[in-house]
Amino acid sequence: MQITLQKAFIKINKEQCKGCTLCIETCPVDVLKISDKFNSRGYHYAEYTGDGCTGCGVCFYACPEPGAITVYKRGAIVDEEILKSFN
Amino acid sequence: MTTILKKPSTFYEVFTRKPDADKINTHYCPGCGHGKLHKLIAEAIEDLGIQDRVIIINPVGCSVFLYYYFDTGHIQVAHGRAPAVATGIKRVHPHSIVISYQGDGDLAAIGGNEILHAANRGEHITVFFVNNAIYGMTGGQMAPTTLPGMKTTTTPRGRDIHNEGYPLRMAELIATLDAPVYVERVALTDAKNMAKARKAVRKAIQIQVEGKGFAFVEALSTCPTGWGMNPPDAEKWINEVMTKYFPLGVFKDISDKVEPVKFEKKILTAEDIKKAIGVNGSEVTQVKKYQRNTIAEKYKNPKIKIAGFGGQGILLLGLVLAQAGMLEEYHVSWLPSYGPEMRGGTANCHVNISESEIASPLVSIPTVLIVMNRPSLEKFEGTVKPGGVIFYDNSLIDIEPSRKDVEVVAVPATKIADDLGSTKVANMVMIGAYIGYTGILTKESIFDALDIMVKRKEFNELNRKAVEAGMEFVV
Amino acid sequence: MPKQLMKGNEAVVRGAILAGCRAFFGYPITPASEIAEAASLLMPEVGGVFIQAESEVAAINMLFGAASGGVRAMTASSSPGISLMQEGVSYAAGAELPMVIVDIMRGGPGLGNIAPEQGDYYQVVKGGGHGNYKVIVLAPNSVQEMCDLTYLAFDLAEKYRTPVYVLADGFIGQMVEPVEFPEPKLPQIDKTWCVDGTAETRHNLITSIYLAPEELEQHNLKLKKKYERIKREEVRYEAYKVDDAEVILIGYGIVSRILKSVVDTMREDGYKIGLLRPITLFPFPEEKIRDLAKTAQIFFVVELSTGQMVDDVKLALNGMREVKFYGRCGGMVPSAEEIIEQVKSVFEETEKEIEHQR
Ligand SMILES: Cc1ncc(C[n+]2csc(CCOP(=O)(O)OP(=O)(O)O)c2C)c(N)n1
Ligand code: SF4
Ligand code: SF4
Ligand code: SF4
Ligand SMILES: [Mg+2]
Repeated sequence: MQITLQKAFIKINKEQCKGCTLCIETCPVDVLKISDKFNSRGYHYAEYTGDGCTGCGVCFYACPEPGAITVYKRGAIVDEEILKSFN
Repeated sequence: MTTILKKPSTFYEVFTRKPDADKINTHYCPGCGHGKLHKLIAEAIEDLGIQDRVIIINPVGCSVFLYYYFDTGHIQVAHGRAPAVATGIKRVHPHSIVISYQGDGDLAAIGGNEILHAANRGEHITVFFVNNAIYGMTGGQMAPTTLPGMKTTTTPRGRDIHNEGYPLRMAELIATLDAPVYVERVALTDAKNMAKARKAVRKAIQIQVEGKGFAFVEALSTCPTGWGMNPPDAEKWINEVMTKYFPLGVFKDISDKVEPVKFEKKILTAEDIKKAIGVNGSEVTQVKKYQRNTIAEKYKNPKIKIAGFGGQGILLLGLVLAQAGMLEEYHVSWLPSYGPEMRGGTANCHVNISESEIASPLVSIPTVLIVMNRPSLEKFEGTVKPGGVIFYDNSLIDIEPSRKDVEVVAVPATKIADDLGSTKVANMVMIGAYIGYTGILTKESIFDALDIMVKRKEFNELNRKAVEAGMEFVV
Repeated sequence: MPKQLMKGNEAVVRGAILAGCRAFFGYPITPASEIAEAASLLMPEVGGVFIQAESEVAAINMLFGAASGGVRAMTASSSPGISLMQEGVSYAAGAELPMVIVDIMRGGPGLGNIAPEQGDYYQVVKGGGHGNYKVIVLAPNSVQEMCDLTYLAFDLAEKYRTPVYVLADGFIGQMVEPVEFPEPKLPQIDKTWCVDGTAETRHNLITSIYLAPEELEQHNLKLKKKYERIKREEVRYEAYKVDDAEVILIGYGIVSRILKSVVDTMREDGYKIGLLRPITLFPFPEEKIRDLAKTAQIFFVVELSTGQMVDDVKLALNGMREVKFYGRCGGMVPSAEEIIEQVKSVFEETEKEIEHQR
């Protein structure tokens, strides 16, 4: 089912994150953090703290990795499945 | 408005061209500026809807593997040559969108010449110049953009301006040229700078899409590995230190003023092509049959050497003989003096007119020597084959040939030419004397040859008169 | 037959355009400049591209770009310029790009002079650039062949996807002779491998990189196979009066024309002498040379160099027969008479030897 987002989200694909922390440094509302855990390549990856993302997109452009970050802005129409995967 | 910011579709979903097991991630170090610029370019290509048309020129440097990531056409090229390769492909396929992506070593050092000239020609290409002030790929050596005092693996004491000179400001340099349409320097750092960089990338590609010309974006970019910094510090360093030497901003933008170029393809038929390059035959086809003279055996198949001062029309003299010979369906060859013989303003040429195929076009032992100055007579008299003929201009040469075993024909060619109104046609008088005396070629073929060889036809009236005067002189 | 009197260097450009060449990139150098000049005049007339590059390095790379687009394209230069192009030729051989390079050789080493020489044999025939590669090398000896072999060069370049050289000397370039021109070709772009900015070619990649050693080895072996096929299928030569010849003269380019005169003159005097003229320098007519060794006792190589091609003759014969050499260089060109003297002394020597053995 398609759902129109009422709240912005960001999704970080941990396997595509190299833990450079650029997104964390740049997020204006400070909702990203580095994880205690590391991914299959040994990088501590960035994580969304889970709340407060404004969907500004700043982290998307700060991130050098093609697919590490996906930003869903408010009003985005997404598949319900994707929404589930955030939680 | 885009409500989802995700991996642009210009990137391959899976990087199958990568040889290692990891086909999902780039080969770049964490936090490397290259990746940030890739994303901006990929996004712009997607948004402009030009993916099929894009050809990316892959440089040598850390970005050598652009073809792993971008789902576009690619050419991987030699170090520094990207702008030349981009020129070649863009010129033959103007519809394509050619993006040259280069590092500072690639563009500002080894490829300095190529980028300057591509920019100066105003090639319709888009150049992204990644200035990370270092040679990333080879392990952190000095780049032309390395800052004074900055330590690299080849400036272990810091870049010394007395030894290495100053960093090159490429954007400023390119902006001084007339042709480039748009030149900007951006920094791949904080949100504000990324927004500007994003705009610049789009604009630089858009300019090419619109057919406006050369666009150049220099991007200050981190090399956390080469600089020995963590990525956020590296970006801070760009903002605080590097931008002092490399100020950000637009250095040139005439995109509003330039007229877009429309590239049109000429479609030609085989006939058009022949006509265009002058091999269609109309003026060259054998339309005429020439009645050859009867020629004494000793004058047949001449090996002719013609010599004199440069400016006496020596080469043309030979060419006209060869052309006329061809019209009369002989085998012919003409070879100009070339190499060591050419010194001292003298000119000579070798002409063969033969009933059979010509083996060597070189005439080392001429059967006919035509000389128009004294040094040439002195130099070549001894080479003439016994039984041969020497024609010499005795209005200029104040000695006589000493050979007794050859025929000698003195022709006051320059004098005759002068009487006709121009010493310049002395060469034509000599032609007349030679064909009149030996009968080797007819006046008709010589006249037709003149029409083919002489571009300014108005000269040919006098030329013909001179040929006739030469012929009359020897009867 | 309609023929046109033309300079070798100008015939090259016409041969190229008739073969469908639509892009020329060059940098002026004597004695090859007329080629660029003629191209600058004619290319735009047929909707083609002409660029005077900023250097030979740039020229060969522009050619690399145009060739990547599947378009028939060329450059022309002379010895010092060819030295600069070697980088690009190696990349093109590695990336398997068809292209045509004309080298009108001049005197070297260094700036040397502008006189005719054949001192580029090594740098052209033996590779010149880095890596395991070969290029097809065609050696014209007349203005007609300047046209015809250039015309052919484009077909071979495309057939084998490899750089092809037309290797001539200053004399052949400057010489004027009658030419009969072939019919124009209108080749289609082969979209299976090139990049031309269309959807069909979007997934194509032009590269000489093979990062994994296994892959690069495979790539090299593939190239080697290609060169072996070229060796089997593309050998071209002219054999002149060789049937009963005891002495075989070998020379290419302008030298072969002089040698033909030598053969004619010496035959008149009863000498059993013939000429083998390699038209392809790679592939070299080594089998033909071995074949001739069945009857010929002596092989006499003449070059405008201190001896380069002679190595290939020796390799072909592998000690089977004696190989003599006579070379002039620096722009000095031997006359037929000069060579005849050299060859006669060889005949005399052999006779003496034979007598000695009796
Ligand atoms: C002719 C040649 N010389 C030297 C090299 C080695 N080399 C490879 S990359 C490079 C420098 C790359 O630096 P830059 O262009 O700044 O790119 P970066 O890696 O910093 O992005 C050098 C010198 C080469 N590949 N070819
Ligand atoms: S989109 Fe903006 S607010 Fe949301 S995580 Fe990214 S930077 Fe922070
Ligand atoms: S910027 Fe990208 S790679 Fe770096 S930590 Fe954030 S998500 Fe990971
Ligand atoms: S060496 Fe520098 S430029 Fe190269 S990938 Fe690593 S960080 Fe980037
Ligand atoms: Mg660099």
